Amino acid sequence: MNAPNYNFAYLNEQTKRMIRRAILKAVAIPGYQVPFASREMPMPYGWGTGGVQVTAAILTPDDTLKVIDQGADDTTNAVSIRKFFVKTSGVATTEKTEDATIIQTRHRIPETPLTENQILVFQVPIPEPLRFLEPRETETRKMHALEEYGVMHVKLYEDIAQYGQIATTYAYPAKVADRYVFDPSPIPKFDNPKLNDCPALQLFGAGREKRIYAVPPFTKVKSLDFEDHPFEVQTWDLPCSICGAHGSFLDEIVTDDKGGRMFVCSDTDFCAKHQDANS
Amino acid sequence: MNTLLSARDVGKTYGRRVGCENVSFDLHAGEVLAIVGESGSGKTTLLKCLSGNLQASSGEVTYAMRDGRNVNLASLSEAERRLLMRTDWGFVHQDAREGLRMGVSAGANVGERLMAVGARHYGRIRDQSEDWLSRVEISKDRMDESPWAYSGGMRQRLQIARNLVTSPRLIFMDEPTGGLDVSVQARLLDLIRGLVRKFNLAAIVVTHDLAVARLLSSRMMVMQQGRVIETGLTDQVLEDPQAPYTQLLVSSVLQV
Repeated sequence: MNAPNYNFAYLNEQTKRMIRRAILKAVAIPGYQVPFASREMPMPYGWGTGGVQVTAAILTPDDTLKVIDQGADDTTNAVSIRKFFVKTSGVATTEKTEDATIIQTRHRIPETPLTENQILVFQVPIPEPLRFLEPRETETRKMHALEEYGVMHVKLYEDIAQYGQIATTYAYPAKVADRYVFDPSPIPKFDNPKLNDCPALQLFGAGREKRIYAVPPFTKVKSLDFEDHPFEVQTWDLPCSICGAHGSFLDEIVTDDKGGRMFVCSDTDFCAKHQDANS
Repeated sequence: MNTLLSARDVGKTYGRRVGCENVSFDLHAGEVLAIVGESGSGKTTLLKCLSGNLQASSGEVTYAMRDGRNVNLASLSEAERRLLMRTDWGFVHQDAREGLRMGVSAGANVGERLMAVGARHYGRIRDQSEDWLSRVEISKDRMDESPWAYSGGMRQRLQIARNLVTSPRLIFMDEPTGGLDVSVQARLLDLIRGLVRKFNLAAIVVTHDLAVARLLSSRMMVMQQGRVIETGLTDQVLEDPQAPYTQLLVSSVLQV
């Protein structure tokens, strides 16, 4: 640890205790948004202040941390959060999904299946799935309490009516343990099936909105859909241009100004591993 | 005839100011009751108390549920009351923007109640929306438009379709024709009258317009300063008003 002026993992112990209590409650009530006293963090809102606080509260000196942003280990957000924890806690870090005990993520779930020994921490911008349909917080809380989720389907109906299919491709609403409808943060709907029955504990932190929620291990998560328009994930015609993998989530990269583009794995660790296996 | 909704000594006070007081009546299934009176006479307050949007200060309202039970509305849990509101009841607001979800298409507006009670088949929801829109004379090709693109009269008809899609037995209307021009009013009233007859709907219509009361209702209540001053069959009250205020009201109608 090279910054002795800070407490381990930046937050003071009382704050961590408060956050852990919120996490315990969130795990006890899967999908329920638990309010917590979110702190100011040394980074702007929208950069993962919620996820960082959750990670800080659960981090122990023996943990190995992996941080990804859109699946990549080497983008700004991932690099700066990883540096932040190296500086304030001195924990080991890794880019290998299978070596990590805690993975903080922005917008993706790793392609490599997670295990019971791992915790996945999501950075959440807007935790309330009903927000764009019902702006009043008092009303959305009541709707959650009374399980009035019909309006969520109104959004999907509207998608089909306007676009001929469910056009929601990220932050796709899902029901946890047959009770609470939740917003799985802006992960692509491609990752929604991975939420279901996942062996790892999944924690969601929203710093600006001051909410924590969780999907405990091996919990049922069902994406909302219609009987005649079932939930489907994105597919691509071509494999990853770099590693040749089929069935991973691909990012489109524009390569020139003449319409050239390529599709590559968004999960950099997965892509690198696949390249090694090929060579 | 069986009583659907029954009010006993319903009153609402705002501090020392009286909203309405001592209102008692029985509403039968399939009956249309008009509540008339000038602005500030307590009509809307009464309607809100009856529909449970506002808690009455005194008295009680009982409602005959579909399963035959007579329940005191104040004793219902919020979940039950909200379920009742979106299945067995309808509420048509004066301002359609209050009653509609303006951010989504007309079809979704009609389908919302179906989805709220568990419909999960897009095709069937859409068919039913289409069917109801045609009943209120909104053509199929405007189904996917936002209500913002609709005229005032269309929005009001859309609101009616949205409320009737779950086949409610009782519908509350607060000045359903307010703010519409006369020819549109006439068509809307005609439509409401037809639907009420066809589906044997009971309705409580609040209006300051005696013509609306005459066209729609079989019975009416006249309110002044929060009290009911005259009740009776609509024709009887309008032809032969007893209370001085009703006489004034009837004689104030412009004759063309």
